[in-house]
Amino acid sequence: MKKFDVLIIGSGAVGAFVARNLSKYQLDVALLDKENDVGNMTSMANSAIVHSGYDPVPGTNKAKFNVLGNKMFDKIADELDVEFERIGSLTVAIYENQLPMLEDLAKRSEQNGVEVKLLNAEEVKKLEPNINPEVKGALLAPTAGIINPFNLVVHAVENAVDNGVNLFLNEEVVSIETKENGYVVRTRKGNEYEAKVVVNAAGLYSDKIAELVEPVDWKITPRKGQYYVLDHYKLGLVNHVIFPLPSEKGKGILVSRTTSDDYIVGPSSEPVEDPSDLSTDSMTLANVKNQAKDMVPGIPFNQAIRAFSGNRATCTRHDFVIESAPHHETFINLGGIESPGLVSSPAIGEYVVESMIRNMLPLKEKANYNPRVRPYYHLKKMKLEERNQLIKENRDFGEMVCFCEQVSLGEVKDALSRSVPPRSVKAMKKRVRAGFGKCQGGFCQPRILEELAKHYGLDWTEVNYDEENTNILKENVKELK
Amino acid sequence: MKQVDLVIIGGGSAGMAAAIQAYDEGIRDILILEKDARLGGILNQCIHNGFGLTEFKEELSGPEYLQRFVDQVKERGIKFKLQSFVLNITKDKVITYSNAEEGVVEIQAKAIVMATGCYERSAGAIQIPGDRPKGVITAGTAQKYLNINGYLVGKRVVILGSGDIGLIMARRMTLEGAKVLCVCELMPYSNGLQRNIAQCLNDFNIPLYLSHSISKIVGKEKLEKVVVSQVDEKFQFIPGTEMEFECDTLMLSIGLIPYVSLLNNIDCPTSSTRGAIVYDNMETMIDGIFACGNCLHVHDVVDFVTIEGRNAGHGAAQYIKEKEEHGSLKIEVDPNLAYVVPQFVRTPVKEDLTLKFRVRKEIRDKKVVVRHKDEVVFSQVKLVMIPSEMVILTIKKEKLQDITEPLKVSVEDR
Amino acid sequence: MKEMVCIVCPRGCHLTVDDNMNVTGNSCPRGAKYAISELTHPTRMVTSTVRISNRDNMVASVKTSEAIDKSKMFDVIKAVNKMSVKAPCHVGDILIKNIFDTGVDILITKDVE
Repeated sequence: MKKFDVLIIGSGAVGAFVARNLSKYQLDVALLDKENDVGNMTSMANSAIVHSGYDPVPGTNKAKFNVLGNKMFDKIADELDVEFERIGSLTVAIYENQLPMLEDLAKRSEQNGVEVKLLNAEEVKKLEPNINPEVKGALLAPTAGIINPFNLVVHAVENAVDNGVNLFLNEEVVSIETKENGYVVRTRKGNEYEAKVVVNAAGLYSDKIAELVEPVDWKITPRKGQYYVLDHYKLGLVNHVIFPLPSEKGKGILVSRTTSDDYIVGPSSEPVEDPSDLSTDSMTLANVKNQAKDMVPGIPFNQAIRAFSGNRATCTRHDFVIESAPHHETFINLGGIESPGLVSSPAIGEYVVESMIRNMLPLKEKANYNPRVRPYYHLKKMKLEERNQLIKENRDFGEMVCFCEQVSLGEVKDALSRSVPPRSVKAMKKRVRAGFGKCQGGFCQPRILEELAKHYGLDWTEVNYDEENTNILKENVKELK
Repeated sequence: MKQVDLVIIGGGSAGMAAAIQAYDEGIRDILILEKDARLGGILNQCIHNGFGLTEFKEELSGPEYLQRFVDQVKERGIKFKLQSFVLNITKDKVITYSNAEEGVVEIQAKAIVMATGCYERSAGAIQIPGDRPKGVITAGTAQKYLNINGYLVGKRVVILGSGDIGLIMARRMTLEGAKVLCVCELMPYSNGLQRNIAQCLNDFNIPLYLSHSISKIVGKEKLEKVVVSQVDEKFQFIPGTEMEFECDTLMLSIGLIPYVSLLNNIDCPTSSTRGAIVYDNMETMIDGIFACGNCLHVHDVVDFVTIEGRNAGHGAAQYIKEKEEHGSLKIEVDPNLAYVVPQFVRTPVKEDLTLKFRVRKEIRDKKVVVRHKDEVVFSQVKLVMIPSEMVILTIKKEKLQDITEPLKVSVEDR
Repeated sequence: MKEMVCIVCPRGCHLTVDDNMNVTGNSCPRGAKYAISELTHPTRMVTSTVRISNRDNMVASVKTSEAIDKSKMFDVIKAVNKMSVKAPCHVGDILIKNIFDTGVDILITKDVE
């Protein structure tokens, strides 16, 4: 049996940052995920926004960790080499009767300690020429930002693994046995892991994992969010993250540029029975379209290249659960971490380690801890000479494999050479963007598949699209039988 | 910066024809930039028969057809670079490309021919209701895996869309051991050639369901089944018409879209085909940048791509030799026509004018008329015109000598 | 009387053959020939691919030199799948001579260096 000091269940944003914070210390840490890649559930399918924190109810965990987390992002994006831009958000009032709500929001922002500014219609139109001309005013939150959420999680785990954390993918936890001074965690594949402290960061399944140890007074009631992605085109459709006024259901349907110069529109919010149900439906998407057009009438939906959905780990407590299990202090439940979960995750990771685990285990710093990932290659941002120097050293950076997103073979091989390498076509897409563009992988998928097969020594029929047993190719029909 | 007279972006059928034509008109300093490891573009994977009837008066497979042009390119010593991807072009015709040998290179061209082809509309673009499992793939990608690499993507297949690639793939996959359960088509007519329905579906008893679409995809990680439903005139699913098919593959043949990112980035005006708006010499609205083939509008028959490529090569050669000032008149179409290429004719008209268009729905026993003011400059009876087939007509230059107003193309009673 | 769509070329003429084997609706003589042959002994061109023994994950395209008995389409594929070629190979190379004694050859249609 493998023995660890701390075992984390779930490698989404929350689990990733708990792992990264633990990797500073001389501890044996295991990070388990049931999926074939890290960050493959909610952390992969969300709005990709670093919220400012103007909106959560003051005094809640959501408010606290959102505001703390937001402040950490400049440093984190730098250390983890993740695309991040503080473009600011505008919460817009289109109708006269919404103006008082804007003012309430401004007060709430003040209570949360978030810098905001109320703008009149003229000021809004100046910042956002494509906004609905009926706009009456808006709340500007300059600290809001956009981030590449795929890279955030992958790089955080990579950094944790570089600093000694052990990652186990395709390990679904099915039972947890409580022992004196620890736990035995069993997975579907029959493996056992012993740990002194367990952190439950299982997102949509966090209530089920919690109940493996003891009953809790909260439950996950997932809510689905459906989105559109529009292909990149001339910048300037919107310059900020545009929100409607929030409602009980959430922050509403936003319109924003992404760090890859696409545009994202969504999400809807509807309850869903099965946390793994990622289907989309035309009625809901039509509704997303209409609500977005209410704010930005000219959104070119004919440029839509994908509709997708993600499920939020909404919780009956309507706040983040960040606490030990009722009778097991060393079993830490991190549940109900829906929006603003992504922005909160670094702060939650720090809190869990420094304010909770510190009381359970001796934390001795590692001498060789390195907070930075090995730098990534950002070809598009390089100067011509710089880029040519790189190609001279490694010709693979001159050969393009994804045409829509302009990804080179060098970047594909670099991803494979890292400590959390992609194991599937989709995992590669999350890392280098090959397949995210307008052809949706139609052109580059065979090439990516070839590189994965080469790297792992697999037959082409063994390369998966995503999970284990999702091989893209069924049969080599020309093989001699 | 290196100077080149003519740079051709894309070494498929259109690009090679343009290069050969320009060479034969005296342009020697030509460079073809091809992103893939071979010349020939999409024809490399179109191993079926039926290409070349217009060009060579014989039926060739795609690879045979393209090889004849590769040979012509090589005979002339026209320069080409493979695995060389164009990252960017400017209105001033500076081209930035990248490859492994040279790195990122900027060159200045006198003229550019865009021959970048098209891409397949994906599942994301049409938002099929239901799950997002592995097993949904576009027909062209499945074709590449089968015809270039030798792999079947699945053994039980439902095809959405009756475009030609889908029909051709229905036959190819059947012959190689897969079971194609059905082809469903949203429209009340097929988008493929009649002969492909006959020899790719009927020969193998594969049912074609017109006015049907996929109402649900089922399968969490892997595709398990699809639900096919009939649609009404407004393309809404009709309850009670559901048919379930257990399958491991849903193959999409739902349309091709001109690949024009480079032109979009320099604000080149485009038409409803999503390709560039062009004059009759295939010059876009940006001086010295020409376009031809499937990046201009999606063709049904490759021979016509070749002809259009030559037209662009001719236009570019003339432009390089002697840039002429000219006027222009618009070519307008009535609502029966989905589009026309070219959209403008240069004046004075010095060459016969070829117009290409598609109709929006099947039209039987009418005539196509081109008018200048009230005068009929062209008229031809068409027994049948269908959306899946491009219509080509040529107007004699003599008829167009004194034109001063837009030309109008219309479909009228005989 | 029998109706059919001509498959000789992409044009796809709608052909009608009466009981005396008179063909109408064709735009060229090949259409008439096709219609008669379709009713008497239908044939098809078959295209497929063959393994390249000295290349991984790459096949070369092949075709029948002329249309072959429709009933033999699957047999052609089976026969081709038992074969392989060695690169370099060229357009027009013969893979199988006189397959099933039909007088039809199987030809390579792709240049592989």
